[in-house]
Amino acid sequence: MRSLLMIGCLFFSLTLFAADDPLQFENSEQQQRYQQLLEELRCLVCQNQTLADSHADLAQDLRNEVYKMVAAGQTNDNIIEFLVSRYGDFVLYRPPLKWTTILLWFGPFALLLYGLVSVYRFVRKSKTVDVIVSPVDRQRLSRLLDSNTDKQVGS
Amino acid sequence: MHRYLVPFIVFVGLVLLFVFGLYNDPKLVPSPFIDKPLPTFELPGLQDPATSLSSGIMKGDVAILNVWATWCIPCRQEHPLLVDLSRSANIKIYGLNYKDVRTDALAWLEKLDNPYQQVFVDESGNTGIDLGVYGVPETFILDAQGIVRYKHIGPLTVDSIRTVILPVINELKGVQP
Repeated sequence: MRSLLMIGCLFFSLTLFAADDPLQFENSEQQQRYQQLLEELRCLVCQNQTLADSHADLAQDLRNEVYKMVAAGQTNDNIIEFLVSRYGDFVLYRPPLKWTTILLWFGPFALLLYGLVSVYRFVRKSKTVDVIVSPVDRQRLSRLLDSNTDKQVGS
Repeated sequence: MHRYLVPFIVFVGLVLLFVFGLYNDPKLVPSPFIDKPLPTFELPGLQDPATSLSSGIMKGDVAILNVWATWCIPCRQEHPLLVDLSRSANIKIYGLNYKDVRTDALAWLEKLDNPYQQVFVDESGNTGIDLGVYGVPETFILDAQGIVRYKHIGPLTVDSIRTVILPVINELKGVQP
């Protein structure tokens, strides 16, 4: 009885209801394209989520739009153009290369280059250098070392 | 001297970046419609669902298009300001009722006063998408030719009306403040 109840409970688990209404595509190429587009487009409401991840109302609407356009046989470029013309470049997770996005594209490489140059210079500077020790200093050094060993032996 | 130059430049760069970050809200996405004509649309009116209103009715004078809904809490907050604006400033305000229930919207205007010349009803939200609406309330300022001159995202405040909205309207109307 109890196990039956448990099995019954499983049918009402949240994951069962979480499944979105399955969309019908003509072929798997369209389905793939749909999925891929959703992964590349940003939801403007919860900005760190893609359209695929977001549960925002607007994301649902935009998913529908993308679905309709994919099903109508529009190219990826057309669909992206549709969204960019309305919401701006911000909808793209991969921003286009423009003057305003130069820092975004090349900033990390500039930092890497700066780091490499710094490391190179640091390593070159800290190379061991032959030190010229005068005979007087050499004598003093050995005396100091000797007295140190004496002490250690003595203690 | 040279030793401190590079860290100093990096420091100044970071300070500029942080100041930029402090004063710019990433939630505010610049609209691609600025200085471009507002996309045209044809929607039923709120008062009478049988009427069809064209976006063209907003042309001819500087106008405000306010996107709102009764389920949107910040809209409730900005509503009295719109009512004030419609009374005090010489400006026509139009509404776009976004993904809302007609009876709710009518009751809201009945109760809270109606600042709008006309209200377009966008039940499906498709026009909202065409206008790049991503969070209600949003407020467009259009010039006499129907070109978008400014877009405010989020609720209007006393401060934003005084410092931004009114100056933009006055400039478009050619009025000396």
